[in-house]
Amino acid sequence: MVEVTITVNGTSYTRKIHPLMRLLDFLRDELKLKGTKEGCGEGECGACTVIMDGRTINSCLVLAASCDGKEIITIEGVGGAELHPIQRAFLEVGAVQCGYCIPGMVLSTKALLDKNLDATEEEIKEAISGNLCRCTGYQKIVEGVKLAQTKMKESRGEACECGRS
Amino acid sequence: MSYRVIGKEVKRVDAVNKVTGKAKFTDDFFERDMLIGKVLRSPYAHAKIKNINVDKAKALEGVVEVLTYKDLPNIKYATAGHPYSLDPKHRDVADRTILTDKARHVGDSIAIVIAKDELIAEKALKLIEVDYEVLPFVLDPEKAMEPGAPIIHDDRPNNVISSVGQEFGNVDEDFKNADYVFTGEYETSVVQHCHLENHTAYAYMENDRIVIVSSTQIPHIARRIVAEALGLPWGKVRVIKPYIGGGFGNKQEVIVEPMVAAMTLAVNGRPVRYTMTREESFIATRTRHAMKFYMKTAVTKDHKLQAIHIKAISNNGAYASHGHSIIMSAISKFRPLYNFKSFKAEPKTVYTNLPSAGAMRGYGVPQIFFALESHLDDIAKKLNIDPIEFRMNNVIQAGHVDPISKLTVRTFGIPECIKKGKELIKWDEKQELYKNQTGEKRRGLGMACFSYFSGTYPVCLEVAGCRIAMNQDGSVQLMLGATEIGQGADTVFTQMAAEAIGIPVDMVHIISTQDTDVAPFDTGAYASRQTYITGAAVKQAAIEVKKQVLEIASRKTGLKVENLDIVDGKIIEVGLNRLICDISEIALEAFYDRIDSKPITSDTSVNVRTNAIAYGVSFAEVEVDMLTGQIEVLHLINVHDSGTIINPILAEGQVHGGVSMSLGAALSERLMFDERTGAPLNNNLLDYKLQTIMDTPNIEAHFVELPDPTGAFGQKSLGENPTISPAPAVRNAVLDATGVAFNKIPMNPQSVFEKFKEEGLL
Repeated sequence: MVEVTITVNGTSYTRKIHPLMRLLDFLRDELKLKGTKEGCGEGECGACTVIMDGRTINSCLVLAASCDGKEIITIEGVGGAELHPIQRAFLEVGAVQCGYCIPGMVLSTKALLDKNLDATEEEIKEAISGNLCRCTGYQKIVEGVKLAQTKMKESRGEACECGRS
Repeated sequence: MSYRVIGKEVKRVDAVNKVTGKAKFTDDFFERDMLIGKVLRSPYAHAKIKNINVDKAKALEGVVEVLTYKDLPNIKYATAGHPYSLDPKHRDVADRTILTDKARHVGDSIAIVIAKDELIAEKALKLIEVDYEVLPFVLDPEKAMEPGAPIIHDDRPNNVISSVGQEFGNVDEDFKNADYVFTGEYETSVVQHCHLENHTAYAYMENDRIVIVSSTQIPHIARRIVAEALGLPWGKVRVIKPYIGGGFGNKQEVIVEPMVAAMTLAVNGRPVRYTMTREESFIATRTRHAMKFYMKTAVTKDHKLQAIHIKAISNNGAYASHGHSIIMSAISKFRPLYNFKSFKAEPKTVYTNLPSAGAMRGYGVPQIFFALESHLDDIAKKLNIDPIEFRMNNVIQAGHVDPISKLTVRTFGIPECIKKGKELIKWDEKQELYKNQTGEKRRGLGMACFSYFSGTYPVCLEVAGCRIAMNQDGSVQLMLGATEIGQGADTVFTQMAAEAIGIPVDMVHIISTQDTDVAPFDTGAYASRQTYITGAAVKQAAIEVKKQVLEIASRKTGLKVENLDIVDGKIIEVGLNRLICDISEIALEAFYDRIDSKPITSDTSVNVRTNAIAYGVSFAEVEVDMLTGQIEVLHLINVHDSGTIINPILAEGQVHGGVSMSLGAALSERLMFDERTGAPLNNNLLDYKLQTIMDTPNIEAHFVELPDPTGAFGQKSLGENPTISPAPAVRNAVLDATGVAFNKIPMNPQSVFEKFKEEGLL
């Protein structure tokens, strides 16, 4: 067993874990954060995407023991009492069908837009190219990311007006 | 007909739950004391188990139980999620046991380990000693039918599951008198559903009953099949279906449920979960049948189709699953589209040593339309006529009655679909532009039509149940046995109930989970049946609720029921349009009236004895790289006649996803097997070329809305339909661009390159 301290969605967790435990299982089984999904277990489908220190990773490929001191954001850490603009945008354009890929899609989108709110369509596509979806043909997901850009720009504008940056 | 809620862009009722990660799928529940099950799978395509020793596996610390075929009841059952047939002759082929003593494909189920955790279970699998007698195997269905081929199931010595066909008119005579006769061979490959959530289920016992929580499209059918597989009374099994991460037909099969039931029985009712890996899912669930068609068609001088003779071979793999019903669906559903004087289909569904093929979105129909629509373009090219005019010259009309099924076509939107698609893709303009190309990159246009059914009638009598219970505030619970599998069923049912009762959608609380102990009976999500069939039940139950509300309002006001209505949750007097009261007042009275208290509920079940034929067209524009064989789809337009569209956003979503699946089959997807061993070569999401966002073109979805008089709200099917025509449209566009007729899909760069070489283009 090894001891790790991982910050997940702003809360620090210290746990003694099996050295072979994947980050995916740490999130789902240790912390009971079941929003992160497993679709292949080998980094091909992107359903288990989470954000680690600002970058997306496949949590099925990362050992939790290697995440000591890292900051992770999962779907449970996106939005709060109100939906995040990305979530609202996905909902409004109808980007959701079975919903299994959606947590990963939302996090890939967030990682992109947090860095580059003006991402072009090509950049959007590249950012979600590691997230497979069998339901939507991706059309409304791309539409959703674009609407999220607009929404996030609007809310950034509002934030600036009231002097918060 | 004007509607308040039907046809509106109502947001998905489950969207908030899903975008926040709160929606609970099968693996998101946890039971105390849960064990993990794993399955040992055959490394051989065909092998008898001479001996199997599990002692070492059992001795491993943390292993609770190990099971082989010897430990389970020797009962053969069928996994197809079909309604039960009272007639034993019409039941699915019962050809498998939960664990086998003879492997019939690489990946067949040999043994089960139940352990404390996954790592121990994995380790234990490696400790099971199996002594196999390796047998000759066969992967090609035509070879499987040859004398002397390996016999896969003893009761089918020629490996043919069935060769029942259909015909009408006199094909022989029409070919004899034909002006032209055309022939062609067309072939599709093994592809897979690739729902993002693998098959998964867990089971435990409650008193003497087995409770199974499963990612299934068909909870009521799953319950029956689990009971059959274990020889239990059907009522001893309870199936609960939470949200599911896609199915596309692969979860219309009862695959993991009998296994987890057997597991919990073996460990005294402790909860046991079995979740397949992606690799397992590719080879141990189901695939789409690879089919080969030999088409022969008679055409008159004035380009009228006369006779069609189809010989088809369907590669079913190791177990029958849905078996022959898939090719029967193909040869039935393609018929109400073109006028043929005579028709004969001779299909054969054949066992081979591949993983079993089963239901997949479109149920045989994408395969036959790839053949037919490719064939029609080949004929048009030979006759030097416009492929669209050729089709329009031969389509049926509304009022057409199929000579065999006797189904009547009541609305026929193909002419409108073609007109719209042709305009949108600028067919005439671009046809002119793309003439006589010689460059390295050549563009072309293609199109293809399709027909599809709404449900299974007349093969099955359709039945659907619905229960609605009104709350004290006038809102209602909507309970169904029909399942939400991502397609948006819960949302359209919510809209239907809101529309028919006269309340806003947010006053309808749909119960998304089906629990066979409480959900009304409905056979589930398949055959694009739910909007059409279950929709009829929802409407009937809602009308009954409305009647009860208005009867109380009538009692209260002295007005006749027919002078009252419910609009947006308010009781009004019709004509004057005068507000009487809020629906909550009536609901409260229903619950608590001191003389007549009787909560408002309806519990209904309907039979549907009609089938609304849905139609559609795909238009494709492609660019072919003549040097590399890369085909790029520049534009793909689908125009559908699905009757009234209940929810345009959801309908577009269905089209986008279906088209994407068809483009994958056309261009990149193929599950491959080593011809020397029968082992899969690409059973993972890296090597199996599923479409990513980078591969997906701009897909446009359009609808021509001709309300069908048999649909409760004018609706026809849509779910599977978009998966049918894009592949042949792309194939025909490649023919237009290059002059090369590809008669086998996928047209991946390698196969295109090889074909160009064969044709002397390279």
